[in-house]
Amino acid sequence: MPEKRTMVCIICPVGCNIEVCMDDKKICSISGNSCKRGADYVLAECTNPSRTLTSVMRVIGAQSAMIPVKSDKPVPKELLFECMKEINGHQIHAPVKMGEVVIENILNTGVDIIATRSIQ
Amino acid sequence: MKEIDLVVIGGGPAGMAAAISAHKNGIRDILIIERDSSLGGILNQCIHNGFGLHIFGEELTGPEYAWRFAQQVEELGIECKLNTMVLDISGDKTITAVNSTEGVMRIQAKAVMLGMGCRERNRGALGIPGMRPAGIFTAGTAQRFVNIEGYLPGRKVVILGSGDIGLIMARRMTLEGAEVRMVCEIMPYSGGLTRNIVQCLEDFGIPLKLSHTIIGIHGKDRLEGVTVAAVDKNRVPLMETAEYVECDTLLLSVGLIPENELSKEAGILMDPVTLGPVVNESMETSLEGVFACGNAVHVHDLVDNVTKEAMLAGECAAKYILGSGRSEGCKALKTVAGNGIRYVVPQLVCKEALGKESKLFFRVDNVYKNIRIVAAVGDKILYETRKLKVSPGEMESIRLHASIAGSMGDEGEIIVSLEEC
Amino acid sequence: MLYDVIIIGSGVTGAFIARELSRYQMHTCIVEKESDICMGTSKANSAIIHAGYDAVPGSLKARLNVTGNEMMEMACRELDVPFQRIGSLVLAFSESEREKLVDLYERGVRNGVKGMSIISDSEIKQMVPNVSSEAAYALYASSAGIVCPYELTIGAVENAVENGVELKLDSEVKQVRFEHSQFVVSTGKEDLRCRYLVNACGLYADTISSMVGDDSFVIKPRKGEYILLDKSQGCMVGKVIFQLPSHRGKGILVTPTVDGNLLIGPSAQEVDDREDKSTSASVMEQIIRGARKSVPNFNTRELVTSFSGLRAAASTGDFIIEPSRVNKKFIHVAGIESPGLTAAPAIGKYTVEILKEQGLTLVEKTDFNPLRKPVKRFRELGMEELNQLIRKDPRYGKIVCRCERVTEGEIVDCINRPAGARDVDGVKRRTRAGMGRCQGGFCTPRVVEILARELGIPMEDVTKSGRKSKILMSKTK
Repeated sequence: MPEKRTMVCIICPVGCNIEVCMDDKKICSISGNSCKRGADYVLAECTNPSRTLTSVMRVIGAQSAMIPVKSDKPVPKELLFECMKEINGHQIHAPVKMGEVVIENILNTGVDIIATRSIQ
Repeated sequence: MKEIDLVVIGGGPAGMAAAISAHKNGIRDILIIERDSSLGGILNQCIHNGFGLHIFGEELTGPEYAWRFAQQVEELGIECKLNTMVLDISGDKTITAVNSTEGVMRIQAKAVMLGMGCRERNRGALGIPGMRPAGIFTAGTAQRFVNIEGYLPGRKVVILGSGDIGLIMARRMTLEGAEVRMVCEIMPYSGGLTRNIVQCLEDFGIPLKLSHTIIGIHGKDRLEGVTVAAVDKNRVPLMETAEYVECDTLLLSVGLIPENELSKEAGILMDPVTLGPVVNESMETSLEGVFACGNAVHVHDLVDNVTKEAMLAGECAAKYILGSGRSEGCKALKTVAGNGIRYVVPQLVCKEALGKESKLFFRVDNVYKNIRIVAAVGDKILYETRKLKVSPGEMESIRLHASIAGSMGDEGEIIVSLEEC
Repeated sequence: MLYDVIIIGSGVTGAFIARELSRYQMHTCIVEKESDICMGTSKANSAIIHAGYDAVPGSLKARLNVTGNEMMEMACRELDVPFQRIGSLVLAFSESEREKLVDLYERGVRNGVKGMSIISDSEIKQMVPNVSSEAAYALYASSAGIVCPYELTIGAVENAVENGVELKLDSEVKQVRFEHSQFVVSTGKEDLRCRYLVNACGLYADTISSMVGDDSFVIKPRKGEYILLDKSQGCMVGKVIFQLPSHRGKGILVTPTVDGNLLIGPSAQEVDDREDKSTSASVMEQIIRGARKSVPNFNTRELVTSFSGLRAAASTGDFIIEPSRVNKKFIHVAGIESPGLTAAPAIGKYTVEILKEQGLTLVEKTDFNPLRKPVKRFRELGMEELNQLIRKDPRYGKIVCRCERVTEGEIVDCINRPAGARDVDGVKRRTRAGMGRCQGGFCTPRVVEILARELGIPMEDVTKSGRKSKILMSKTK
């Protein structure tokens, strides 16, 4: 059953209102976008929406209590809370280097969680 | 008394970029004074990404962005005093500061760079009536608790203000297990980036109530609920729409105020709209040799612009110290916020002192679509451009390059305004 | 342990009674229901030391106001509390109002108030240029002043405790019995015994009084809302500016505070709920309108905060400071609404006199120390003194509250003193950390950290003002 959905594109400040027609997870038409980037964005959002996850992880043996981390690639949107649980269940020992992998291949997504700060 | 060529107040993105730029322009005797235990300023707690798209061509998190500059500061051997608070700047550029190891110290500066950033507007200043329970935080304070200390300030949250900080915290709190019940915004439009509306609210099904505000706070010890009401076009609450919303936490993201107690006490001329110092095209304030950049001058949306502004300020401070700065006889034109414009920075422009990167920054006072931006002196148009959409939440700029500077006379005011297409 | 005297209530009244009693050899205890001292009326009021022309001649209010006013300088010096005798003006806007000023003046004379005069509009303009030019006359009273009411209370309790008075917090009195010539005061946590009981319960003085079967008066709470403006507005006026009083109170005043802010208010509304300290938009507007009559040009965009306090008004209209008719060893010190703050030092002495009349033996201690250990405040010290201080204790070099310039050293000190702070608001009242422009936005996380460390509790147990007012829910992970 074809379904229509309207989304606001976030690629540039214009924020085109894009209408997508979807038939059972496949896109049949896209309209309202002013450029190809908008179409690409909407395609990704409808078929496999993903987000970069940023959070903090507890660090032991440092002046700071927490170290900021991020996913080195976007993770599937539906796995965000699961990933948070994983991150919250982990602790890391100082010292930590900027960019160091703190969780490898989180939930088998092929995405690593890396430190975004160096901690002594 | 110690003498330093350039004292930079604040080691956040503004201070760091200014110090690095001054160094690159020939100044070696630089001191950054920072009140926190590390450089980075507010970026240290902005763990989300979206920083650096313009400056680095990459999307970085706040700490990553800050690190790139902190690295340079270290590599260039620029001296920093951390955990040190500046108490006073005198009219003759004497800085009084204090820390635990050196006590109260006085430093004579040749030039000063103001990079104090800004503070958040709070419940007290808004005068939201009701009780005074625990559980009311400004978004930034809540952000500090969550991202630096590792504590959850609340479990059932209402957020007032849909600027980016409010939106970012809506997502952050949700990811850490809180229930964000709604974001209220008194204006009929959101102050934040569309991207944040999508990724912070829509992603999590958090309702955004435009033209709504909070008119009452309930709870004796800890917050129990707030009264939310719709507002009319004059932002006056419509009492018949009042609704009680149960919550244990209220986050306020209702405005940033440039932090200028030091500037005011030094007698520096302030702009009542930006709440920052009046600056000229060289980012110099009314006090000779005192420069300013970043959120202390006017609140920015993009840290990239803070960096660019700070680089300009650092360069001009360096020139000032080396004696090759702006000449005394420089005749400056005032910039004026015309139709549809809230403010323009810098407030004074001397065409001889303009550089390649000189810009006028401004904010509009409402959302406008299909509009023409015009900068003119009297009838003479210096610059114009068309825009599909402008909004108060997104700062705009106009390049003041050579041809524009050339057509500026010595008289009149530069008026920036919005016109119909 | 059998106490000689238990004082219920640690507001400014209970504080000065305790301090007075601590001069003598006996066992005294203050019992307070809240988690900190000074949580009632004493913490939210106009902070004025009144000259004393308002009160009805012959009343206790009149007598104790004037005596208290005279005692205030020394009390504040001994307790290291800021006090400024800046003087006050009551404004009159017409000839008929001038007559009312004359009434007040004559009342003042009868009450023993010195240093008053009625002045004309040109003299008003000279004295306080920002007062409305509609003000035709004013009653000037040189003996009026401003003080910090909670600092005064805290200073007095601290001094009392240092001189041997015990303090029990989180101890709400649930029941009072009188058996075998002793009072048994039950707090739910314990039973305390004493020979004399002082009722300094403020808003609940009638509740406590009923516990011994004395229903001779009723306390009617009357709320007063205030707004506090930024220090940039503090120099708007250099004196306390009153309007003519009405039956509901002294009217809306505009005054600088000892810390340099501008205080405007209070309103006067009868309320039923003794815990209702809420503010409302309509009353705020009313206060602002009322205040502009006296001082038209203050800038409300410089709003720092708004708050409200509750006056403990007695149905009798005067202070009730006397032994209960039901039990002469139960001393009422009730209905202490304005000028209660001014009268406090005098109330202390007066109450002790009453206790003496009722048989309490007063033997002076040889080691009573009237001087509170001075508080070292970063913002008040010069560079030399500061550097000496920081060398001895580096925490005085770490600024925690940048708006009010409060250091870690001061915060640690205020937690560790007798009757010290145990929560964020307690630190705020004792040091001013959190009272500035950012209202704690910057310093709260740091204050919470310091409290947790000094009290040896986890950060998530730190409260705003005791009991269930926790600031944080839990660790995130």
